[in-house]
Amino acid sequence: MEKARRNKLAIFIFMLPAVLLFSLIIILPIFMSSYYSLLNWDGMTKGTFVGLKNYMELFTSKSVNFPRAVSNAILLAALSTFIQLPIALFLALVLARGVKWEKTFVSIYFIPVLMSTTVIGQLWLKIYNPDYGLVNVLLRSIGLEHLQRVWLGDKKTALIAVFIPLLWQYIGYHMLLMYAGIKSMSPELREAAKIDGATEAGIDWYITIPLLKPVIRTCVIFAVTGSLKAFDLIYILTNGGPAHASEVPSTLLVSMIIGRNRYGFGSAIAVSIIFLCFFFAIVIRKLFKTEEVV
Amino acid sequence: MNRIQEKGGIGRKLITGFLIIWALIQLFPLYWMFTFSLKDNSEIFGENIIGLPRKWLWGNYTAALTTGKVGLYFLNSILVTGCTIVLTTIIALMATYALTRLVWKGRKVVNNIFMLGLTVPVHASILPILIILRNLKMTNSYQALIIPYSAFALSMALLIANSFIEGIPKELEEAAFIDGCGVYGIFARIILPLMAPALATIAIFIYLQAWNELMFAVIFISDSKYRTLSVGIQTLSGTYTTDWGPIGAALVIATIPTLIIYSLMSVKIQESLVIGAVKG
Repeated sequence: MEKARRNKLAIFIFMLPAVLLFSLIIILPIFMSSYYSLLNWDGMTKGTFVGLKNYMELFTSKSVNFPRAVSNAILLAALSTFIQLPIALFLALVLARGVKWEKTFVSIYFIPVLMSTTVIGQLWLKIYNPDYGLVNVLLRSIGLEHLQRVWLGDKKTALIAVFIPLLWQYIGYHMLLMYAGIKSMSPELREAAKIDGATEAGIDWYITIPLLKPVIRTCVIFAVTGSLKAFDLIYILTNGGPAHASEVPSTLLVSMIIGRNRYGFGSAIAVSIIFLCFFFAIVIRKLFKTEEVV
Repeated sequence: MNRIQEKGGIGRKLITGFLIIWALIQLFPLYWMFTFSLKDNSEIFGENIIGLPRKWLWGNYTAALTTGKVGLYFLNSILVTGCTIVLTTIIALMATYALTRLVWKGRKVVNNIFMLGLTVPVHASILPILIILRNLKMTNSYQALIIPYSAFALSMALLIANSFIEGIPKELEEAAFIDGCGVYGIFARIILPLMAPALATIAIFIYLQAWNELMFAVIFISDSKYRTLSVGIQTLSGTYTTDWGPIGAALVIATIPTLIIYSLMSVKIQESLVIGAVKG
């Protein structure tokens, strides 16, 4: 058997499709993107090598306003971490205590996560519709006409209007991860603490949450990198507009590639997104580590 | 189970009340979608905004399926998602077997490289893939989506398959070997059948990814013949700006398969997403 396990031909055959697919579609493009980002190139003619000029433009150009897109994404990351995750944690803690219809609630909260973002985007497009959308209709019906707005078309409200469905959709996802984490802890711990006279809230605060830290760390990483990569809902609702008000790096990337054929510049955006994702993932890991030492 | 029945009933009722309100918040857009997909404009735009439809207007669905081409987009989505699931699963199972049960130098390193794929954002690949596809004259085809989707689903599929294959005892393979089975035979007759539970988990994961994907579909497909639901609905909402009923119908059609799968195997789905997140 041991000899059979070293069958070189078998290893080659079993590995070939995966290696081919992975290196052609995932590994190679990373290098290609990095190279393209150094070119001035429209995809048709031959590109010219311009060094780091695309990156310089990225951080200085007023009309592209990349810093704005990044700060929007970071704001989204902050909102996810400090609004979405606490709500998810609260729901998970309450549900894991064992309430009535526990499983049903878990299943319901999770439904938006499974739905296609296109569907959710279209629904919220209708919810925000200035004439017939639910938000403005509701405001009219309770006599707050003056608060009505073109939610997605107003520079002041577009960003927050786009963020609300994003936060809403993924609360269930984080809730599920945390809920599963809590459920996998040994129930004896809880029982013992209760016998010692601890309250439910005390148990959650002093026992469950500290034990849940690895899961919370995973959630924070997902929330932050997910925010930096966010595309679908924003593309559908505003496509970054009006006047870059709700722009994020991904929408900028797609409009540079599709709209303007600025391939070199678009690649510089892509490389920056990758860099930001890895950077924040490492920073978050570090933050959680130092906290554990203390 | 350790269901807690305490004296402080009011607190408990408050919490249940909150949970119910939260459930309504999560479900309301879904409910609204179902109801307005069956209404005409006069109901949607004023007379009956959030109630159940007075007249159930199934014509919206016919309009969406035929003139809105949602029928075609639906079939395209099924085809693309189905092929992605089959392709990724086969490739992942083969590689998992080689990575965990066959013995060769460097398999740990290769496995780690595959796991790196979990963190690589799709953004890195869009433009290079577009250029590769264009050179191969393959934009506007089913492969243009199936191959990239498979590549990006591969790492997760490997991760799930790896964690399942650990549960299959090596002794089973040894026994089959003594009975005269070669590695290929062992893979086909022992490993594959025993990996069946992993298949469901992998398939669910890939389904969600491929069925809902938007960015690749927007960039690689411009011909309406190959549009999947996510892009198709985008175009539809551009053409039916004032007629919400058929759009609602299209949204329901795009959501129904997910809801059916979820109602049949909600626990399995929740499990597979947790495995994916925690191990990743």
